[in-house]
Amino acid sequence: MNARGRGHKGGATALVIDGRDNVATALAALPQGSEVRLEVRGELETVALVSEIPLGHKFALFDIPAGDSVTKYGEPIGVASTAIRRGEHVHIHNVTSSQRGAST
Amino acid sequence: MTFDGYRRPDGTAGTRNYVLVIPSVGCSQGAAQSIARGFRGAVCLPNILGCGQVGVDHTLVERTLVGFGTHPNAFAVVVVGNGCEHLSPQDLAEEIGRSGKRVELVVLQELGGTGKTVRRGRKALRELLADAAKCEREPIPLGELILGTECGGSDFSSGLAANPVLGAASDLLVGQGGTVILSETPELIGAEHLFAARARSPGVARQVLDAVAWWEERAIAAGQDIREVNPSPGDIAGGITTLEEKSLGCIHKAGTTSLQEVVPYAARPSRKGLVYMDTPAHDIEQLTGMVAGGAQVVAFTTGLGTPCGSPLAPVLKITANGETYRRMRDDLDFDASRVLAGREGVDAAGERLLGEIVAVASGKGTRAEKHGQMDFCIFQTTLNI
Repeated sequence: MNARGRGHKGGATALVIDGRDNVATALAALPQGSEVRLEVRGELETVALVSEIPLGHKFALFDIPAGDSVTKYGEPIGVASTAIRRGEHVHIHNVTSSQRGAST
Repeated sequence: MTFDGYRRPDGTAGTRNYVLVIPSVGCSQGAAQSIARGFRGAVCLPNILGCGQVGVDHTLVERTLVGFGTHPNAFAVVVVGNGCEHLSPQDLAEEIGRSGKRVELVVLQELGGTGKTVRRGRKALRELLADAAKCEREPIPLGELILGTECGGSDFSSGLAANPVLGAASDLLVGQGGTVILSETPELIGAEHLFAARARSPGVARQVLDAVAWWEERAIAAGQDIREVNPSPGDIAGGITTLEEKSLGCIHKAGTTSLQEVVPYAARPSRKGLVYMDTPAHDIEQLTGMVAGGAQVVAFTTGLGTPCGSPLAPVLKITANGETYRRMRDDLDFDASRVLAGREGVDAAGERLLGEIVAVASGKGTRAEKHGQMDFCIFQTTLNI
């Protein structure tokens, strides 16, 4: 509906909230090795999960180099503290907040 | 796009057509409730303040009561005073009357007690209601709508789907020239730099940061550093990684447009588009502030379900938790759970939600209205004297 293509089609397993996001959120517990079909920047793509993703947790839609922003809601939610592969679990082990509360 | 609303003498437009009874002080609330009792179309504000507040807190009470009195959802107002209160019922009635609205004033100490005041008040109310019944709805541009946004009883589904869906509807309303109010400053903490970056000017951005700093200092003074305790272990177990992410989940309900203005609690926005009101996170204080600021409709997302409603503005409840929608359906208006099931896109659900907001603005009743929810609580910064 808008240029950013917020939203998704097909597949009840993961949600991309904003078209600028480089992570998706799992809508179910997803086992390692499963393939998730979802709309990524306007294209229907398949992302193979390289780690297990619990319900409500995030995985990378692209390779994210260390030091790059992790983007959800179209905004940076933190910085990759190490290189993150496409399909990898994105959480406190590989993301650093720019806020002091969660910076350790 | 338009909604069907009531045109008022000051040029604003209402989504409801109440005659509002306002006790200017807690002491006259009993009489005010008796005046409104049994009349269809009349609502009484359950106000317990109006005496004993000083300084900024007195101003908050005054601004809130004037905001309700001049609100376009009220056709006319009956002010009920006791007589010796700090907040002068005469001044309140006069201030409300400046909007061109009809105002009747009854004061217990002048009329000789509750019985006479209630009889006089009910007579005035009956006449005002007869005239209110003659008002008719007419098409009003959607650009004249002020939508209050709120979330409460949140769970994982709120930040993931319900707030993004409301955000999509907010963006559509702003696209129509309308106004969206975001509030609850304590929930901004951690994402304030991202939100401030959306401000239309450095001055507006500064106001966002100042508002957050004020609340943060208050929390620290009360023994809690919000940044140190968030995200909580429960948040992290649920998939929330950083404080920015947690706060963005909350503020995303106001969409993605640029921030036009920051207004104090209960103040009327002077600009259209996305407006920030500095309020507490307390659901009812926040709701009261936004309605006093002129919101004719409030969209409220919830994960666990909540019944709350306003005496003057319809409050539309949205959930993306399908289980909650089934269990709490009696208190909920809009089901966004298909987004979480992967069967509806965020944008499509947002468009559907805007349609529902327009229907409610045009007279469709909400669950909170059906249940007669009259929640009202004015934010105070200090102890009363």
